[in-house]
Amino acid sequence: MYTWSFAPIIQASDLFLWGAWITVVYTAGSIAIGLVLGLAVCFARLSGIGPLNWFAQGFQELFRCTPLLVQLLWIYYALPLLLGFDMPNWAAALLTLSLYAAAFYAEVFRGGIVSIDKGQFEAGAAIGMSGWQVMRRIILPQAIRRMMPAFINQSVTQFKNTSLVSVISVADLTYMASIVNGQTYRPLESYTVVAVLYFVILFPMMKFADYIEHRMRRGN
Amino acid sequence: MTSASSAPASSSSVSSPAASDIVLEARGITKCFGALTVLHGIDLALKAGEVVSIIGPSGSGKSTFIRCMNMLEKPDAGEILFRNRRVGEKHRGSGDLLGQGELRRHVGMVFQHFNLFPHMSVLENVIEGPVIVQRKSRAEAVEIAMDYIAKVGLAEKRDARPDQLSGGQKQRVAIARALAMQPDALLLDEVTSALDPELVGEVLGVVRDLANQGMTMVIVTHEISFAADVSDRVVFMENGRIVAQGLPETILRRPDNERLKAFLARFHG
Repeated sequence: MYTWSFAPIIQASDLFLWGAWITVVYTAGSIAIGLVLGLAVCFARLSGIGPLNWFAQGFQELFRCTPLLVQLLWIYYALPLLLGFDMPNWAAALLTLSLYAAAFYAEVFRGGIVSIDKGQFEAGAAIGMSGWQVMRRIILPQAIRRMMPAFINQSVTQFKNTSLVSVISVADLTYMASIVNGQTYRPLESYTVVAVLYFVILFPMMKFADYIEHRMRRGN
Repeated sequence: MTSASSAPASSSSVSSPAASDIVLEARGITKCFGALTVLHGIDLALKAGEVVSIIGPSGSGKSTFIRCMNMLEKPDAGEILFRNRRVGEKHRGSGDLLGQGELRRHVGMVFQHFNLFPHMSVLENVIEGPVIVQRKSRAEAVEIAMDYIAKVGLAEKRDARPDQLSGGQKQRVAIARALAMQPDALLLDEVTSALDPELVGEVLGVVRDLANQGMTMVIVTHEISFAADVSDRVVFMENGRIVAQGLPETILRRPDNERLKAFLARFHG
């Protein structure tokens, strides 16, 4: 019978807290950068300018149709051979996570915008609004409401995806679990604690997404 | 009947170089959707205070044409002139060309499906143009907007959301929204076609009032007797061409065109 012992784990609690902090930082950072890049990619796709649209779409498919783990390994180990200089692991991690987030966010944004009835664009134009005024005043306020649940879901996924950066030795929460396991030889406790930590952070976020979605359904 | 002498007051910033009283003109408008040509060089000039109704079977191109008149559809050939100024491709004007944004500021449009902004109240829908496009102060815009909202009989609904309104009420708000820009002309694209039959009357009543007040209008409609009533001129379109046009009495009561007769026969039963 296995005897649980959390004492060694509790001694390493500062490692877990630091790891959790690093995970939060990479999530927040990649969401912020992904948001801006994603918006740019989204507007490139909606621009009606052929080459811009194709480039943006190519970018999206590249990052949506390859595993994040492979992207991470490629950008950290392979890309420097092409560039001719090394990238620190934190930069490779943040870059990959941000590009990955941008590809998916762009699709969330685009989906929200194209779901708005064509008549809304026309009604805005018909009172003399410029394209940008229609977008800002008429389309985006409606589209943002619609894309909110998908956006939060994608962000929750992003939080979980940061665990992959541990493979290039970024000291996130998952990486700390393997460190603590190595020191204590208690994999059951180490990995249970790390799973519980992820859950404790993500469960409220998930509930919040459900709440927003529920409220929107009632609103519509 | 309306007369050209009662043209609506408007603070038009676009000066008319010639002393013409033509507000809006289409010259040789041709429009293709892929291989299909839906408009074959349509000409139509709209005088100040004139009400022109466009009738014709479904697919005759009348909606496409009225949408070309404010450049919501880009004509493949031909041109639109507002007070003798050609309208260009861009939102803002440059040189001799009038911008599409400027055209639309002076030529309002009401759609078949209302297209109210669902995230805004009735009042917000109506002040949007004056505040955002004309850069009026909110107070001034509210004053103008409430005037038109009252005119269409919805003053007590000013804070309602579009989804709380009936179809007829929505369309009346849409008309108030177009009027709040104090346009020189109004384009009405089948404004009663999406309404339940019992709601058609209230919307036509508003349009009739506008006609009586001298508003310059192009009306695409299937309401033949209404067209006969309010119009100075009726235009019959078929297969992307104007087949007949003239006074409502002539066109609707004494048609001399076989295709027009066949079209009208379906309404008279």
